[in-house]
Amino acid sequence: MEATIEVNGLRKRFGPTVALDDLSFTVKPGSVTGFVGPNGAGKSTTMRVVLGLDSVDAGTALIGGKPYRSLRHPLSHVGSLLDPAALQPSRSARNHLLWLAHSQGLSAGRVDEILETSGLERVARRRAGGYSLGMRQRLGLAAAMLADPPVLMLDEPFNGLDPEGIVWMRGFLRSLAAQGRAVLVSSHLMGELQGTATHLVVIGRGRLVADTGVSELIDAASGGRVALRTTARSEAMTVLANAGATVAVTGPDTLTVTGPSSERIMALLSEGGVPFSEVSAHRATLEEAYMELTRDSVEFRAAESGFVRTDGEVAR
Amino acid sequence: MTTATVPPPYRSDLKLGNDGFVQLLHAEWTKFRTVRGWVVAAAVAVAVMALISISAATGGKGANCVNGKCQRGPSDPIGPYGVSVTDSFYFVHQTLDGDGSITARISSLTDAIQPDPQGQGGAPPAGASVPWAKAGIIVKQSTTLGSQYAAVMATVGNGVRMQYNYEHDVAGNLGAASSASPAWLRLVRSGTTLTGYDSADGTHWTEIGTADLTGLASTVQVGLFATSPGYNDNQYVFGGLNSDSFNSLATAQFDNLALGGGWSGDAWNGDAIGGADGQYQQTGSGFTVQGGNGDITPDVPDDDTARLALSGAFAGLIALIVIAAMFMTTEYRRGLLRTTLAASPRRGRVLAAKAVVVGAVSFAVGLVAAAVSVPVFNRLWSPDAFYPVGALTEARVVLGTAALLAVVAVFTLALATLMRRSTAVITTVIILVIMPYFLATTSVLTPGPSDWLLRLTPAAGFAIQQTIPRFAQLTNVYTPTDGFYPLAPWSGFAVLCAYTAVALGAALLVLRRRDA
Repeated sequence: MEATIEVNGLRKRFGPTVALDDLSFTVKPGSVTGFVGPNGAGKSTTMRVVLGLDSVDAGTALIGGKPYRSLRHPLSHVGSLLDPAALQPSRSARNHLLWLAHSQGLSAGRVDEILETSGLERVARRRAGGYSLGMRQRLGLAAAMLADPPVLMLDEPFNGLDPEGIVWMRGFLRSLAAQGRAVLVSSHLMGELQGTATHLVVIGRGRLVADTGVSELIDAASGGRVALRTTARSEAMTVLANAGATVAVTGPDTLTVTGPSSERIMALLSEGGVPFSEVSAHRATLEEAYMELTRDSVEFRAAESGFVRTDGEVAR
Repeated sequence: MTTATVPPPYRSDLKLGNDGFVQLLHAEWTKFRTVRGWVVAAAVAVAVMALISISAATGGKGANCVNGKCQRGPSDPIGPYGVSVTDSFYFVHQTLDGDGSITARISSLTDAIQPDPQGQGGAPPAGASVPWAKAGIIVKQSTTLGSQYAAVMATVGNGVRMQYNYEHDVAGNLGAASSASPAWLRLVRSGTTLTGYDSADGTHWTEIGTADLTGLASTVQVGLFATSPGYNDNQYVFGGLNSDSFNSLATAQFDNLALGGGWSGDAWNGDAIGGADGQYQQTGSGFTVQGGNGDITPDVPDDDTARLALSGAFAGLIALIVIAAMFMTTEYRRGLLRTTLAASPRRGRVLAAKAVVVGAVSFAVGLVAAAVSVPVFNRLWSPDAFYPVGALTEARVVLGTAALLAVVAVFTLALATLMRRSTAVITTVIILVIMPYFLATTSVLTPGPSDWLLRLTPAAGFAIQQTIPRFAQLTNVYTPTDGFYPLAPWSGFAVLCAYTAVALGAALLVLRRRDA
């Protein structure tokens, strides 16, 4: 059984709201797949559907080719972290992991092992209700890793982490992928996934917007634009425009040129005797690439609705 | 950004155990025992149940406790089954040695309800009668109170009967005796076997039944008797029973007396047995026998050890209802149910495992509370203070009470699955189970509504605590307040189980269908 998440033609409505609209994508092992979309796009719903928690009106969600509900020892197939606050406050971290372990036929020894690797050893016997969000995230990750699954599905794992925690989380996710696991990580902030995800599934309003490699996406968003710094702005514009390039002014001594490659631009400027201090290929950030993609599908805009939902859930 | 070479798919070397119902049970049990509040609440359930039971015991019926030892009032005679009995009638008797028979005809039986001698209770209501006023022929071991007997008798309201050894009552073939339709009665003694007959004409006899009076002496007292229980004018008012008691006197005309076998031939002796009123008159071959202020029946059964010792069950139940509700509602409140169902996607099994855990915990609470309160109760009271119900019945009450707690806990769990809010669930279960029990057993309501509450609501399950038997031939107040439930123990328990089964079915359906 290959460790994959395959989502095919998912459709789901909550009353009049379309939560998932013919959503299909595949998460492959050995890479971190970013699952991105604005709040309310359907990321959490998709994850609940994959875990067999929510029903769908149409479509299938399979783990290694099987529906989640048919899995034996499901936690050894998929580890998931949906909501780090889903804890009984008066139960300790160790006891939380203990009942989970018992449900999968795992021993208390495995619990102690995972507590050690997740750095929760010291607080393991304290009430989980007193944990900080960061500690709860760690406990949620420990629960996801408990049965050592080849597939991981994490909903907004960067939430509530300090900068140090974010760096740690990126490294942790990369290491999981490097071990050959399939990792699906949702986020509503693209920047969090920079340098972590190698593949992206972008959704908006429950619909697939893009299913692409990260480098392809950035290349496309960069669109062959070149940034040019020159003290002779108008001369440069004339020379380049005559050569068929589109030129935009971006500052007192900077221009963005679309059309010719940077080598061609340098040749044109030299020929025309126009001085320049810097020619560089403009590289879009992941954030920019994402904004470009989702410009049309942002569901909740502050300007339209008067508020921005922050819980990432579709109202039920 | 460059795409790294894809590593080979991950293979875990973690050893997994079984993934069955036992593991799920283990997980749910771990959930239960790792929330300290629930474990404490279970301990509290044991404590309040035992405490209330014990304090109810020391304040029980006629309790008179000195130095930690409680006694009842003056003791009643003990019958052949070791149970206290009422043995009080007017007896016109002779000695019979060995086998023999007695035959008599009753041409009239009337009862007269006496006005209250102090005049406080006023007069009995018009048309009042005492259906169990009785007169007939009797074979009795001796005039010692509580000794064995067999009798065939006419009654005012229940026709001809054969009764023996206090507890047994068999209907004869004739109705009320009068001069127009007299009742012929016959009792034949052969060894320890007594056979009763009745006849409308003294020629054609029909057997009513036989009684085997084990160990009956050769020499016995045989003759005519009359007695009548009092008349109780019961009025149910808010807060209790208002009862005016009137004595009643039964008067019977006997004739055609015929004796067979080893009769002594002595003169007839008239004796008021056991403090009864009465007298007799012999006129030729006829006798007029009057007797009242008594009866020959089992004693008015009072509470017994097992039931009183577990009377605090409702209090323990309240704590268990809270636990059972929380055990499910916290799953919803915290979103923990998603973790639970991700770990165990077979939802029916999750519900079953939870039900087994809360049920087992509640059952254990019931057993431990019984293990604490029954011995304490037995130390407080002398063994003969209560109606001995027998080991089997005691076991049924102890285990049944534990089962009652368990089933109500499972009922609560099912409702919690449906309602998801602990306050709503706890309120609902208390209204459905605890309130009817209280209303019905604390004489807030009159017997009619009380009986219906204990038939129709899940509180019917409390009938499992019923111990003291109900005797048709004993005029008594059979209400929930006095420990008599309208349904038989297992029928009442079945009503509770039916409610629970329906709730569990609905919970299963909803849990399977609803998005988690």
